[in-house]
Amino acid sequence: MTLKDLSYFPGCSLATTAKENNASLKSFLAHFDITVSEIDDWNCCGSSSTHSVNKKLALSLAARNLFLAPPDKPLLIACPGCYLRLSHAKMELNDSKEKAKEYEDHFKKPFHKDIQLLHFFELLVKMNGKGLLKGLGGRLKGLKIAPYYGCMLARPPKMNKQKNHYGLIEKTMAALGGDPVQWPFLSTCCGTFLSVSKPGISEKLVNRIMQGAIKSGAECIVTACAMCHLNLEIRCRPENRLPVFHFSEVLSLALEKNASKNWFKRHLINPEPLMEKRQLILCRAPIKGE
Amino acid sequence: MDTIEIIETSGDFAKQVEKLSHANLNRCWHCLACSGGCPFAEDMDFLPNVIIRMIQFGLKEKVLKSSTIWLCVGCNTCSMECPNAVDMAAIMDSLRQMAILEHYLIAEPGILSFHNSVINSIFRHGRTHKLEIMMKYKIAEKDLFSDFNLGLKMLAKKKLDLLPSKVKDKKGIKSLFNLSGGIS
Ligand code: SF4
Ligand code: SF4
Repeated sequence: MTLKDLSYFPGCSLATTAKENNASLKSFLAHFDITVSEIDDWNCCGSSSTHSVNKKLALSLAARNLFLAPPDKPLLIACPGCYLRLSHAKMELNDSKEKAKEYEDHFKKPFHKDIQLLHFFELLVKMNGKGLLKGLGGRLKGLKIAPYYGCMLARPPKMNKQKNHYGLIEKTMAALGGDPVQWPFLSTCCGTFLSVSKPGISEKLVNRIMQGAIKSGAECIVTACAMCHLNLEIRCRPENRLPVFHFSEVLSLALEKNASKNWFKRHLINPEPLMEKRQLILCRAPIKGE
Repeated sequence: MDTIEIIETSGDFAKQVEKLSHANLNRCWHCLACSGGCPFAEDMDFLPNVIIRMIQFGLKEKVLKSSTIWLCVGCNTCSMECPNAVDMAAIMDSLRQMAILEHYLIAEPGILSFHNSVINSIFRHGRTHKLEIMMKYKIAEKDLFSDFNLGLKMLAKKKLDLLPSKVKDKKGIKSLFNLSGGIS
């Protein structure tokens, strides 16, 4: 597989609330000459809400993206939630000839059953395998990081043969000079949509997670999901505040002048004092739209 | 834990759930690993494994009117703990859909109303527009003031876009809703 030319599914969060996640991911990949091209006119993967109340609609929305993606390129999916929804749809269409046929008739196109869906973690593993991440160590020196996966490592029993990359954040951060801590909440769900409809439950959970990170001696949390990032930031009580970075932001910070200052201005918990302390504040000038 | 009295049972409820969810309820040996791992268990009226037992006993009404089926976010944490590969998230999905289609009283109407705001937003734009979802949800719930300051802060940080990110092919999105049944 060539890594240079990927099609790309950003998903709604990265296109809006988590633009800094999107920009940092692209900036990091651009350093290695990896270009990503968004699927033309992609739509929402369906999100938890759709599969919560209408499974058929969840499949239809995810399927549209699978039919739109160019079949000959790996499709990079930035958000773990979208990844789960799109790979679940791919599995459903592969498991049932009737379903595949129904959507082929609907979209008037063949379904490419082998279309390769690439989780951002998988891409990192492959980049590392090609030796691309060698020699980057150092810039994150001493940064104490609580790696936070939320529910992204969990999946339904039918998909439990797929790799889940447990430990990848720790490994990558350590390779870049960071100091990942051990803590008990790394895979505790952030509460997802309950953050809006049941803020009390979400707040309880988020503060338990944040306190856990503080007790473990971490200076920051690194998340791999934009939804987790948002929930940790908005439901955290003032006394439990700890900067929360997107994984892609920290990767970008590990490179000389790759990160943009503007990403960090969008955070609700200001990470700049920590960045200053750890001499990570040296960023490049923002480019348009960042 | 409270005792659950079995007053009325629905004989084919378990079959109905298995058919919809493709999960095998008989594999469950009630080890409670799922309930121990579920981050929302303490807020649920029945633990996830108790829901399975209730389905097996045919307690359809109690199950479909429970808060558990709405508080479950489908995070699959329980599936990672389950020694018997019981697909709890799929079971919960099916129970919610049954509760809606068969017009049971919804224990957590706010959560359903949130899901509907999201689906509405996807119907209109093909993507989710967070500001619109929050506003519509707050209006539907007649709760305009909680989180007001948070909303302002998010606007100031440009976390909430005023305008949605949109799909061009609106017809294509509508046709998916026609194919799949719309909003509950
Ligand atoms: S973990 Fe699995 S077997 Fe154990 S109680 Fe839950 S569903 Fe049943
Ligand atoms: S899928 Fe539902 S029942 Fe299972 S752990 Fe998550 S919230 Fe709890």
